[in-house]
Amino acid sequence: MKKLALTTLALSAAGSTSVFAQEARTIDQAVNETFAAVTGPFVSFIFSPFPGTSFPWIVMWLVIAASLFTVYFGFIQIRGFKHSIQLVKGDYADPNDAGEVSHFQALTTALSGTVGLGNIAGVAVAVGIGGPGATFWMIMAGLLGMASKFTECTLGVKYRNEYEDGTVSGGPMYYMSKGFAERGVPGGKILAVVFSIFCILGALGGGNMFQANQAHAQISSITGAYPGWITGIVFALVVYAVIVGGIKSIASVTEKVVPFMGVLYVGTALVILLLNFDKIGWAFGQIFEGAFTGLGVAGGFVGALIQVFKRAAFSNEAGVGSAAIAHSAVRTKEPITEGLVSLLEPFIDTVVICTMTALVITISGLLIVDPATGNFVLNADGNAISTVGDVSGVSLTSAAFATGFSWFPYVLAIAVVLFAFSTMISWSYYGLKAWTYLFGEGKTTELVFKIIFCVFVVIGASASLGPVIDFSDAAIFAMAVVNITALYFLMPVVKKEMNSYMSRLKSGEIKRFKH
Amino acid sequence: MSAKIVIGLDGSGSGERAVAYAKKQAKQIGTCELIAVYVIEWSPYSFQTPEENEQRHKRREEETAAASSRVVTPAVDALKADGFSARGVVKHGDVADLLNSVAVEEGADQIVVARTSEGGFASRLFGSSTANLVMTATVPVTVVG
Repeated sequence: MKKLALTTLALSAAGSTSVFAQEARTIDQAVNETFAAVTGPFVSFIFSPFPGTSFPWIVMWLVIAASLFTVYFGFIQIRGFKHSIQLVKGDYADPNDAGEVSHFQALTTALSGTVGLGNIAGVAVAVGIGGPGATFWMIMAGLLGMASKFTECTLGVKYRNEYEDGTVSGGPMYYMSKGFAERGVPGGKILAVVFSIFCILGALGGGNMFQANQAHAQISSITGAYPGWITGIVFALVVYAVIVGGIKSIASVTEKVVPFMGVLYVGTALVILLLNFDKIGWAFGQIFEGAFTGLGVAGGFVGALIQVFKRAAFSNEAGVGSAAIAHSAVRTKEPITEGLVSLLEPFIDTVVICTMTALVITISGLLIVDPATGNFVLNADGNAISTVGDVSGVSLTSAAFATGFSWFPYVLAIAVVLFAFSTMISWSYYGLKAWTYLFGEGKTTELVFKIIFCVFVVIGASASLGPVIDFSDAAIFAMAVVNITALYFLMPVVKKEMNSYMSRLKSGEIKRFKH
Repeated sequence: MSAKIVIGLDGSGSGERAVAYAKKQAKQIGTCELIAVYVIEWSPYSFQTPEENEQRHKRREEETAAASSRVVTPAVDALKADGFSARGVVKHGDVADLLNSVAVEEGADQIVVARTSEGGFASRLFGSSTANLVMTATVPVTVVG
């Protein structure tokens, strides 16, 4: 098997004259065309503009929701920030609950589902289109997104199901059905079903195909081009071993290596920034100037802004509802505490990690500037900024980091593969929760979903980036449409919880165990 | 007022040596309650998969039940059969921290633990639980060889 794979690699790398490589390309092409045709209508609906404008309604939907939650909860992302850190540190954890899921564990589990390609590839896509100014709007999107995350994760814990055998299940489908019933609002069950359908699509798209696709792009940028389905099959087999075979050791090794990779990534970015500290002031200048002028970016200012908000939402998933599934397993008597902890997620993911990536790309000088006008030069298609070596997505990040450390693309390749893998494992869980909500729990129904999930790994790795990224975005944003609708109806519940908790915290009724 | 001794159990031969020594002490003291403590190593700062989180509460109950039935209850029963006043405690967390905190809460006069047989790289790097207990405890500790 191994020998065959190696031969395949060698053959396809040898050149396009190889019959085998040609055949492989046609497989990839066929997958690609079918996929684009099937998903086209769904994608164009989600990204259709407001009548009479060029602004997609979905982007407005996310930004308005996040801004509204920010105001409604009185800037909880600023007010509650310090307390969030105390909660994660375990200062308020009851020692008698030791051995249960801690706030730290719930946060890191959710983070391993979001930190990943969105931070590495997504940012590069946004900066490649919107220029350095994209970073400013990305930070804004992250800061606002913290309030959406706070709302959904509080509800996730409040309305989770606790079963007799001690396991828990939570997420938007549960707060939709239980929360709506409690408030006497009809339609909760229908929303829950619609959400579950989109969650399954999101799990297969952004949580799976996009990951497989970019992991393949990263590996082939180092090994040389070879057909995507090979990476797809290898990935699918490992994912299968974990989610069907129950080989927990692979998953738990990944869970331990991923945080290390995250730290290594941010650490390297910091070192590159320190080595170029003379350019940091200039980079921030570019970011602020670009934020409001657009600096002649591809697709104009509005087009760039749309891309940024899309990429930010895709990266931190605020308002999407996925985090509510991950956070709901925490052991706490106060749902609001998990909401507070979860608001750190967009902060770490978008405000810290995405900004690092954007700064490194800006400083690298890979974005080509016209010396005469000072504006960025657009590529031949006019849909992105020209880059040195004509790179985009994860390859742009890789090339940017390579200007600091030539060996970094290898580390990044490993990081991308691991991030992609851990995101897939997380999303296979989110998808499965939605699947079992629809079809009931049981070995066979679960197995069906898991096998479908593995098949999509292969499709994702074979398809080209365009259709995959469109479908992934569309599915994840469709989740946000349903989820945010539910959040609007349930936000008074969160406010009541928040006010009660905050006043008890102030009065000292909520005890601090560690000082 | 009766004295109290906290005994650190680890489900192995070294735990039994600690029990034997505590019994000897208790006999000499006269009225003495023995509290057998078993700590399940657990850190709130570990990284887990969503599935592990979902199952965590269930696993915790299972771990506690297993530790009780396999280690603590037999030890307490044996102590009672020998005529001692004894009780068992099972907790999750850091061994050194918890043995000390149980001793403090109970107002125990000393903690008896055995020299651990664990070796290797990890204990060289982080120190053994016994060594940590000796260094951090606020209650007198007896380490049985």
